[in-house]
Amino acid sequence: MRLWLKKFFLRNGIVLSLYMLLVTFIWIVVMFVLPQIFMFDFSFRFNWTQIDPSKIGSPEDIYTLQHYKFLLFGSPNNPDPLNIVDVTVFGRTILAAIFVTLFDVILCYPVAYYLAHVAKGSITRLMMLSLVVPFWINELLRAFAFRILFGEEGTINNILLFLGVLNQPIDFVRENIALYTGLGYAYILLMIFPIYNAVESLDRNQIEAARDLGSPWWRIHWRVVIPFAKPGITSGCTMVFMLSAGALALPQIIGGPSSLWFTQIIYQWFNTGSNWPRGSAYAVSLMVICVILVLLIMKIFKVKFGEIGR
Amino acid sequence: MSADVTLENITVKFDDFTAVNNTDITIKGGEFFSFLGPSGCGKTTLLRVISGFQEPSQGRVLIGGNDMTGIGPNKRPTALIFQNLALFPLMTVWENIAFSLEVKGVSKTKCRKRAEELLELVAMPGQGDKMVNELSGGQRQRVAVARALAAEPEVLLLDEPLSALDLKLRQHMRTELREIQQRAGITFIYITHDQGEALTMSDRVAVMREGVIEQVEEGTKVYDKPVTAFVASFVGENNAFHGTVSNILAAKIVVSTDSGVLEASPAEGSSLKVGDKAIVFARPEAMSFVKRRNLVKNVINTEVVHQEFEGHFWHLILQGVNGLKIKMSQINDGTTEVFEEGKKIKVQIDPKLAVVLPSGPLAAE
Repeated sequence: MRLWLKKFFLRNGIVLSLYMLLVTFIWIVVMFVLPQIFMFDFSFRFNWTQIDPSKIGSPEDIYTLQHYKFLLFGSPNNPDPLNIVDVTVFGRTILAAIFVTLFDVILCYPVAYYLAHVAKGSITRLMMLSLVVPFWINELLRAFAFRILFGEEGTINNILLFLGVLNQPIDFVRENIALYTGLGYAYILLMIFPIYNAVESLDRNQIEAARDLGSPWWRIHWRVVIPFAKPGITSGCTMVFMLSAGALALPQIIGGPSSLWFTQIIYQWFNTGSNWPRGSAYAVSLMVICVILVLLIMKIFKVKFGEIGR
Repeated sequence: MSADVTLENITVKFDDFTAVNNTDITIKGGEFFSFLGPSGCGKTTLLRVISGFQEPSQGRVLIGGNDMTGIGPNKRPTALIFQNLALFPLMTVWENIAFSLEVKGVSKTKCRKRAEELLELVAMPGQGDKMVNELSGGQRQRVAVARALAAEPEVLLLDEPLSALDLKLRQHMRTELREIQQRAGITFIYITHDQGEALTMSDRVAVMREGVIEQVEEGTKVYDKPVTAFVASFVGENNAFHGTVSNILAAKIVVSTDSGVLEASPAEGSSLKVGDKAIVFARPEAMSFVKRRNLVKNVINTEVVHQEFEGHFWHLILQGVNGLKIKMSQINDGTTEVFEEGKKIKVQIDPKLAVVLPSGPLAAE
C-alpha cells in the first residue's frame, strides 16, 4: 500500500495525486459510505416518541429490531399474520421495477445496436441529440406533462376516441400505465448508453463472419452480439432497476391513486409519520433486497462485478 | 465440391470513387486463385462482392453457374476468412468451428464430432475446449480455416489472413494452406498484397491496380512475362530504364535510354512501335558482371553504393547515370566478393531476361 502510494505520487505529481485521493475519498466515504452507515444505525434505534430525549446515548438507548418487525408483521395488534399493505406494496414495487427494466432493455437494445453499427455519421449524431435533448426538461414538468398526455381527458384518449379505437376512455393513470411508461422513459438513457458502449466495441467482422457462416439475423444477436454486450446490458439493467425501485416523484405524480410505490411509504414515515428510524429501516430493507436481486441476476447471467465498470 | 466463380462486368462505386472497374474474370473450380495488388486497389472490395457483403453497382457474380444477384452472404456457397480472422472470443474453439452447423440445427454431439474432425484436418487435434484467447497466432489461423471449412463452402475466400503472423509462421502457413486446399478440393480465392504469398500458393494470380485487373496468369508468367509496367514493378523487384524505342528486331526491341542503348525481349502481343515511350525492365538476377572486356551491348556503367548480404543471395546497390538506383543480385556460392563503396563497375543486362513494356505507371516504392 505504501509502495503503491509512493508510485502513485511519483507518477502524477503531488497536486493531482492529492486532488484525486480527496475527490475519491469524498465520493466514496463522505457521500456514500457514511450516510449509509448512519441510516443503517438509525434503523435499529427507538423513535424519539419512544424514548426520553435525555436518555439518548444512555444504556437504555438500545438497538431494536422493532422497525423491521413492523415492516413484516405490522403493529402488535395487527390481526393478520403479515403487514399485508406494506409487504404487498414492497413486492409490487420490486415487480414493477423489474417490469420497467425489462421493458427498457427490449426497447433500448435495438436502438443501441442501430446507433452503434447501422447508423452512419450525421444520423448517429441526430439520434444522439434527439435522445439527450428531451432530458433538458426537468422531471416534475415532464411528470405533469405525462398526466396531460395520459389523463382520462388526455391527448391519447382523445385521439383513440376520435379514431374510434375506443368507446370509453381508459384511465391510464389509474391503471399505472402512465407510471410505467414514465419510469421507462425517464431511465432510457441509462439503458441505451451502457449497451451502446458495449455493442460499439464489437468488431463488425464478427457480425459479418456469423452472417457469412449462414446465421440468420436473430441468431447473430443471440450468439454473438448479446453475449458480447452482456456487461453493458447488465449495467444498464442494474441502474434502471435501482432507480425505478427508488423513484419517488413519478409515482407520486402519475402513479394510480390506489397503488402506492414503496418509496412513498418510506417518504411518509420520514415526513408525515415523523418516524425516521422506521423510514430508515424501510429504506434499508428496500436497498438490501434490490442489491441482492442485482447480485443474483449477475450470478445467473455470469457477469463479473468488474465487467460492469467497463 | 468446388464451384467456379465468374465475375461479369463487375463495377463497384462508392460515391465518386470507383473501387472496381468493369472486371471480367472466371475462376475455375478447385483452383487456388489470388488477387494481388497494393492496398486500395479494390481487391478486398472484389472479395466482398463475391461473398455477398457488397452489391456491385453493375454486373453480376455467378457461382457454379448460378446468378448470385440478391442472394445474401448467409445464403451463398462461400465462406470468408477475415483479415483479423473474426473468431468469436466468447465461444470455445469447437463452438467457433461448429457455428455454421449449429445454425443448420445439427445436434450438439454431431457438432462436437465434426469440429474434432476439422481440428484434426488443421493439425490441432483435441484442442476444442480451449478459448480463442488461449491460442497462438498460427493456431487461431487454423481455427479460422476449420470454421470456414465446417460450412462446407464450395468457394473459400481469404482476405490476407496471414498478414498478422511473423515471417517463419507465415511461410509455414503458406504451405499448409496450399495442402489444406488440395485436401479439401475446393476453390480458394486469396487476397494479398504480398507477392510471395500469391506466387507460392496460387495456380493463377490476378494483379490489380486501381480497380482494374492488369494481368491474370500463372505465377511464373506474371513474374517472368509481365504485360504492363505496373505488374513488372509490383511483382518482385525490377530495375526500370526509361527510354524511347529506336528499333524493332525479330525477337528484340532496342530502346535508347539515359543509361545507353538497351536490347530486351518484347512482351507477348507487344504493340510497341519505333518512337514509343518504353521501359526496359531488368530484374536484379538478370544483371551480371561484364566478363569480356570488348563486350559493349547492354552494358551500363555504374558505381557501387552499398552491398547487402541476404543468405542465399547477395545484392549490390548501384548508382547509374543520372543517379538511377540499380539493384543487382548474385547467388551466394560461398565466394562472395567484397565491393568497396564508390568502385566503378560495368554491368550487363541479359536481353532474354529483360523485357520491354510500354511506358506506364509504376508501383509505388
